[in-house]
Amino acid sequence: MPFGPLPAAVPPSWYLTLSAILFALGVLGFLLRRNIITVFMSIELMLNAVNLSFVTFSYVLKRVDGHIFSFFVMVVAAAEAAVGLAIILTVFKNRQTLEIDEVSTLKN
Amino acid sequence: MDAILFMIFAAIAVICGINLVVQTHPISSALSLVGVMGALAALYLLLGGEFIAAAQLVVYAGAIMVLFVFVIMLLNAGAEKRPEIKPLGKYLGAPLLLVFLGMMAYWVERLMPPSSPVVFGAFQGGTAAEIGRSLFTVYLLPFEVTSVLILIAIIGAIVLARKEVD
Amino acid sequence: MNFYLLSLIKTAIVVGIFMHVLAYLQWIERKVIAHVQLRVGPRRVGPHGLLQPLADVIKLVTKEDILPSHVNKVFYFLAPFIAVTFALISISIIPFGPEITVGGVRTAMGLTDLNIGVLFILGVSGLGVYGVALAGWASNNKYALMGGLRSSAQMISYELPMALALAAPLLILNTLSLRHIVDGQQGFYWGFIPRWAIFQMPFPQIFSFILFLIAGFAETNRVPFDLPEAENELVAGFHVEYASMKFASFFMAEYANMVTVSCVATLLFLGGWHPIFPEKYGSGLIPVLIFGASALLCFFHGANPARPFDRITLPVFGVLFLGAAGLFLIPMVQPILLPLFWFAAKVGVILFVFIWVRATLPRFRYDQLMRFAWTFMFPVALVNLFITALLVALFP
Repeated sequence: MPFGPLPAAVPPSWYLTLSAILFALGVLGFLLRRNIITVFMSIELMLNAVNLSFVTFSYVLKRVDGHIFSFFVMVVAAAEAAVGLAIILTVFKNRQTLEIDEVSTLKN
Repeated sequence: MDAILFMIFAAIAVICGINLVVQTHPISSALSLVGVMGALAALYLLLGGEFIAAAQLVVYAGAIMVLFVFVIMLLNAGAEKRPEIKPLGKYLGAPLLLVFLGMMAYWVERLMPPSSPVVFGAFQGGTAAEIGRSLFTVYLLPFEVTSVLILIAIIGAIVLARKEVD
Repeated sequence: MNFYLLSLIKTAIVVGIFMHVLAYLQWIERKVIAHVQLRVGPRRVGPHGLLQPLADVIKLVTKEDILPSHVNKVFYFLAPFIAVTFALISISIIPFGPEITVGGVRTAMGLTDLNIGVLFILGVSGLGVYGVALAGWASNNKYALMGGLRSSAQMISYELPMALALAAPLLILNTLSLRHIVDGQQGFYWGFIPRWAIFQMPFPQIFSFILFLIAGFAETNRVPFDLPEAENELVAGFHVEYASMKFASFFMAEYANMVTVSCVATLLFLGGWHPIFPEKYGSGLIPVLIFGASALLCFFHGANPARPFDRITLPVFGVLFLGAAGLFLIPMVQPILLPLFWFAAKVGVILFVFIWVRATLPRFRYDQLMRFAWTFMFPVALVNLFITALLVALFP
């Protein structure tokens, strides 16, 4: 990593590092938070980080296929968000809580 | 100029990401996620992905996140109580994460094949015409399968979320 | 000329004109609705009420800016900011005319042009939903929350038929950039029918135009779709807890959205700045005729006035209109003014339709509104897109 004066343009590996940071933040939110909607949003953050990786590699290899994969990831994320939020609504209707620690009647 | 733009939008993305994990109320987390998506859309523009940047704003920030915001407002569950983190996690968690990220950055920098820096306008193949051509010739089967997938998701969401008719 | 200096000058001109248009749009609306309802409208503040917008702005700015104690302060401040930002930002990519040469500088009329212009407009109108939803949430008030949620659900439901109605002329014009879309609509069929998108073969886009206008009414929360913000239905809906400048921001956002929808409809369906019949048959004289006729009307009514002070004000307006008519005869400014005139005329006609409908129609109930979107507009938009695609594929 260059530690001199800031270059006029940034190498693509910096974009990949940013993608790794965002992915790590998503994993952190997924493991640490107890509200089920926030857990779901951390999953969306992970998907966004992966999209950034795809588009960066599409730039490096000068092909459009990375954009296509990113497009499909967005579509699948939309479908998953719809069904996941419907499940969350049903869970809330039945248990009146949104904390994942309290939805544990099947434990032990 | 490209480096300054990258720094600004990367900083916005990371700060909004940290805000997402740290905030207690889900609405603040949702709006931070919208901020992340906006910053990422600007980064896609720098990388030459103009259609993907627009799709990110229209689909992700403008539809999916609005769905999240609706559900949070409808359920109105309130802020989360802050849990007690065990001392092992509190004192080792953040430093270990930084070490892990530093190692990832080092290996990415070392293994990456040498390539030119990211300049706005160097990649012209991300236009709507190029994506359309690729989507309807090479990737036609996944395209049709995703339309069926969306149909299944719509039916599933409607069945799960409707009121029970007694 | 230096690129940054030129952009700054253009931005100042466009933003200045846009702000004045927003202020006087309210005056026009009040006058038109008043005359439809057989009354006069504002006439005390300035001649014929022309200074009424100034009085309204002064009132709104000097009113006490209340901050209720029970609101969520961050979102309470953020919501009008988001609404106004995303409403005003769409003006930056709308082209007003062709390339012109002013004092040796060659520039295109319009601030900029994106390759993905249509998608940008769709994205920005989708992001404007956050302003309304957050305003309802932050007010901590059940009426505001219901109004906010209903309004944002309505805006999202009508985004879908709007996008499908926009996609149909794009199949014929084959580009997403707004300037290239207008360039694809120039020329005339058989010498006198303009090639606007609503007349273009293989499939005249009249249904798309009507669908887009109806969806535009719903997107901007205008009558007959304005239940979420009606004063007598829901105690003014999502902006009930907002005072002075923040309330003015929501108002400004609504009018800016209206102007944006009209501009996009003009660019995509009505041919932008191209005239209605060719220049060689004299379409350059139409603005002269219109302004001249208005001047004659002012002089006639100034001679037998209904009110005593009209003896002075109406002839003054007559002279101003004569000056405007003369301006269109000068050959040096004609290439700049004529495209602007046609663009402004078409946008003005659509805005007049918006105001006319507000004066005429009652409003939909909320469930009727949503049922209309999902069971009527969405299938009709799909079928329209399908037929357009079929005809474009068969007759390229």
